Amino acid sequence: MSRPTSTVEGAAGLVDEVEQPTATLWSDVWRKLKKDNQFRVAVVMIAIFMGMAIAPQLFFTKGLDPAQCHLEDTLQSPSRAHWFGTDLLGCDYYTRVVYGTRTSMEVGLIVASATMVIALTLGGAAGYFGGATDMTISRIADIFFCVPTLLGSILLLSLFNTGGVAIVALVLVFFGWPDMTRLVRSTVISGKRRGYVRSAETLGASGNRVLRRHVLPNGIAPVLVFTAYIVGGAVAGEASLTFLGVGLRLPAISWGLQIQIAQTRFSAAPYLLFFPSLFLCLFIGAFVLLGESIRDALDVKLADG
Amino acid sequence: MAEPVLEVDDLHVEFRTEEGTVKAVDGIGYRIAKGEVLAILGESGSGKTVHARAIMRILDSPPAHITAGQAKLHEVDVLALDEADMRAVRGAKIAMLFQDPHSALDPVFTIGGQLVELLRTRRGFSKHEAKTMSTELLSRVGIASPEERMKAHPHELSGGIAQRVMVAMAIALEPEVLLADEPTSSLDVTVQAQVLDLLGSVVAENDMAMVLITHNLAVAVGLADRIAVMYAGRMAELGPAKDVYASPIHPYTAGLLRAIPDIDVREERLPGIKGTPPNMLRLPSGCPFHPRCPLADEHCVEEMPPFEEVVPGRWTACWHWTEVTR
Amino acid sequence: MSEVLIDVANVVKHFPLNDKIFGSSGVIHAVDDVSVQLHAGEVLGIVGESGCGKSTLANLIMMLEQPTSGTISFRGKDVSTFSKSERLAYRSQVQMVFQDTLGSLDPRMTIADVLTEPYNVHRNFLPKKDWPDKVRQLLALVGLDPNHANRYPHQFSGGQRQRICIARALALDPIVLVCDEPVSALDVSVQAQIINLLKDLQERLGLAYIFVAHDLSVVRQIADRVAVMYLGQVVETGDEARVLLQPSHPYTQALVSALPEADDAGVIKSGRIILSGDLPNPADPPSGCRFRTRCWMAQQKCADEEPALIERGTGRPTKCHFVTPTVDAPAAV
Repeated sequence: MSRPTSTVEGAAGLVDEVEQPTATLWSDVWRKLKKDNQFRVAVVMIAIFMGMAIAPQLFFTKGLDPAQCHLEDTLQSPSRAHWFGTDLLGCDYYTRVVYGTRTSMEVGLIVASATMVIALTLGGAAGYFGGATDMTISRIADIFFCVPTLLGSILLLSLFNTGGVAIVALVLVFFGWPDMTRLVRSTVISGKRRGYVRSAETLGASGNRVLRRHVLPNGIAPVLVFTAYIVGGAVAGEASLTFLGVGLRLPAISWGLQIQIAQTRFSAAPYLLFFPSLFLCLFIGAFVLLGESIRDALDVKLADG
Repeated sequence: MAEPVLEVDDLHVEFRTEEGTVKAVDGIGYRIAKGEVLAILGESGSGKTVHARAIMRILDSPPAHITAGQAKLHEVDVLALDEADMRAVRGAKIAMLFQDPHSALDPVFTIGGQLVELLRTRRGFSKHEAKTMSTELLSRVGIASPEERMKAHPHELSGGIAQRVMVAMAIALEPEVLLADEPTSSLDVTVQAQVLDLLGSVVAENDMAMVLITHNLAVAVGLADRIAVMYAGRMAELGPAKDVYASPIHPYTAGLLRAIPDIDVREERLPGIKGTPPNMLRLPSGCPFHPRCPLADEHCVEEMPPFEEVVPGRWTACWHWTEVTR
Repeated sequence: MSEVLIDVANVVKHFPLNDKIFGSSGVIHAVDDVSVQLHAGEVLGIVGESGCGKSTLANLIMMLEQPTSGTISFRGKDVSTFSKSERLAYRSQVQMVFQDTLGSLDPRMTIADVLTEPYNVHRNFLPKKDWPDKVRQLLALVGLDPNHANRYPHQFSGGQRQRICIARALALDPIVLVCDEPVSALDVSVQAQIINLLKDLQERLGLAYIFVAHDLSVVRQIADRVAVMYLGQVVETGDEARVLLQPSHPYTQALVSALPEADDAGVIKSGRIILSGDLPNPADPPSGCRFRTRCWMAQQKCADEEPALIERGTGRPTKCHFVTPTVDAPAAV
C-alpha cells in the first residue's frame, strides 16, 4: 500500500520562513565593525603605518642615502626644511622615524604570526586530546611562565649578541608562546563539548579533523583579538630590548634605538625623544584599538555561543 | 467577576533588534481575581513569558520596550511606577516563579540564608524571627527536615526540592499575585505532579491569584479555572478551562489538542499543525495563524480578526470560530 | 524474530566521582548491568527520568563512551574488538540524532556542508560529483526545500533543524538510528511532525531505532518494545502497549499515572500516584531494590535482596518482588 509522503507535509510554508541567505556569523560581525568608530580609526592608522613600512618614500621622506646627511646640520630643531629636526649626524629625523616603521611592522607581524601558529597547534592539541599531550605541553608552558620575560630576553639576547630583527623576534616568540597557547587550550576545552563536535565524532571524524574543521574555527574569535594585542606587545618589547642595548643595533633603524640615543640629549634636543616615542605609542595604540573593537563586535556573538 | 486583583489592559511589548522590530506582545489583556488560577498557554514565540516579565518590569530595556498598556494591581498601574516603587511591589505584591530553580537561586548562599535575608530586609524581622519563619515556610512547601535543609546550598538540592524552595521564597512575603513561568517544565514527570499539587494548595490556602504560564495543556487543565491561549504575541482564545479543553473555539487551540500525543492511543499518523511557528520578524498579514490553519480563507489573509467575547465568558480571535472542532 | 542488530549484554558504566569539596570519592552508577536487544526493523523505546542512565546507554551504544564492563555487540561482533576500519564502518551503519538541534550543527557551516561532511569522512562512499544531487535528495527526503542548502543553521526553526539533523544521520544509509530525546526540545505542534517523519522514514527505509525519551505518550506513538530504566537499571521491558497501558513495575505505574491526563470533558483522570521522596544519589544507590525508597509497596525483603529482572507472570520481565499487572496503588489524588 502506498503511503502519502508525510515528508511533503513538512515542506509547506517553509519557503517563506527562512530568512535571506546573508547572515553568517562573520558577516554580522563585519557589519558591526564597519560602524564602529574605534575600528575605523584603528584601520586608518594601521593603513598609514603599513604604507610607511612598505613604501616610505611616498611619505615625503628624503631617503636614507648618507649623502643626504650634512654634519653641519647636526641637531637642529624641527623646521620647515626638517619637520622633525635633524639627528646627531645631521640626517633628516622625520625620514629616520618613518623608516623605523618598517622594522616595527616586521617584528610585530613575525612575532604575531609565529605565536599564533604555535599556539593553535600546541594549544589545540593540548586542549583537544588532553591526557599526556596536555600534561606535557602545559608543564613546558608553565616552566616558561616562571622565567621573567624581560630578564630572560636580555640574557638570551646578550648570549647571541648579534642583534637583528630575526633574533629579536625569535626571542619574543620564545617567551610569548605560552600565553596564547593557554588561551587556545581553554577555548578548545570549552569548545569540544559542543553538540556539533559530538555529532562529528559520531560520524567517525578523526580527532584531527574535528579539531581543524570544527573546534578551532569556532574558537578563533578570542585568538584574533589576542593576536592584535600581540603585535602591539611585540613592538613594545622590541623597543624596550633595543633601548636596553640587547635588541637591535646600529645601523638598524628602530624607534627603540632612536629613543635610546635621545635620552642622553633630552635637555638639549627634546624633540629627538618626542617623535619616535610618539610614533611608537601611536603604533601600539592602533593595534590595541583594533583588538578592542574586534572584541566588542564579537562580544554579543560570544555571549550567544 | 469579583473585583479583579490584577487587570492587564492592551499590553504591547516590542523588541528592537538590528534585524528589525519584533512585536513580542501585541495587545493582550485579562483580569484575574483572588483565589483564581488563569493558565496562559502558548509555544515558543507566543509572548507568554515576555508578558509576565513585562508586568514584573524585569525585561532588559533595551532591547525590550513596553510601548503601551497597563497592568493594574488593584488601582495602581505597575507599569507606570518608578523603579523604587516597583521594587516594593516585587515579591511583596506580585511574585514570580521561574522555570529553572537553580538559575534563580544564588549558588553561594544557603537556602536558609536566602530566605532569612528576604524576610529580614523586606519585612524587618529579627534574625531569630526570620529563621523560625523560614523553617515554617520550608515545612509548608513539603520539605522534610527543614532545619537541616536550611543549611544546604542550592546545588545540593534536586530539581523538585529546589523548585519547592522557590515556591517558599515566592510566597514568603505573602504576595497577592503569583506569576508562575513554566514552573514544572524542567522537572521530571513524577516530580511535576508533586509541585503542581503544591502550587494548587498554596494558592488556595493563601487566596492568591496565580497566572500559570505553560506549554502543556494538560497541566493547564489540571490546575486552572480559566485558560488563555496565546499565538504570535496575541490572544487566540480565553475561557473556562474545561470548556476550552472540551470545545475550543480557535483553530490553533484545536490543533494543539489534536497534536498532543495520548498514551492511550497509538496514532498511525499524529495530526499536527502543519507549517512552522511564526517568524516574528515577518508575521503573515491578517491573522498570524492563517498559513497553518485548516479553516483559513481570503478574509483571514486580509484582515486580522478582533479578540472578542463571542459567547458569554468565552473570547476568541477568529473569523470561523463556529466551525472549529476538536 | 528478525536479526539482532545490537546486543547490549550486562553493560556497566561507572563514572569516577571526584568531589573534593565534600571529600567523598566513589563512583556514579550511571548504568548498572543493563541488557537490551535491538532487532532489525524495530523501534526500541528506552524511557526513564533524569539520572536513569538512558542517555549514557545511548552514548555507550554509539561508542562515545566505553563500558566499565559488559559487552555491546553489533551483528554478533563485540564492538570493543573492532579494528579501525570496522569502527568506521560501524559509524556509517549506526547514526545518532540529538536533542539539541542548534548545538548539533556547526554554526559556521551551510546545510550543504553539514550534509556532505559524512562523505568527507567516509571517502569512498560517494564520488564528489554526486554530492550536490545527494544533498537535494536528502533535503527532500525530510521535507525541506532543496534550495535552502546554502543557508545557515540559525536561519531555520527548531523543527526544521531537527529535519536537517535527521537528513545528516541518513546520509550514509545507516540501518540503525539512535535518537536521544529527539523531540523534547520542540514545540508540541512541531513534535507531531517530527514523530510522523521518523515513523515514515523507518517504514520506507527499513530502519531500526533506539528511541530514548522521558515522555511516555511520545514513546507510545513510535516504539514497538519499551525498556523502562530507573537509576541505572532496567526495571521492566516488553511490548509497548503492555508496558505503557498495563505496567507491572511500580515505577512504571507511577510514571504512567503521573502524566497529567484529562479526558475529553476536561476531567483529570483519577488514580494518580504521587511518589514520595526524591531520586537517590546515584553515587550511593539503595541496597536491594533501588526503587524501594519511593515505593509504596516496599518491604524488608526489598532492602535485603535485589530483585532479578525476570518474568513474573505478567508476560514481561519485571524487576520487582511483588509484581501486579494493573495500576493498583494507594495515595491517589
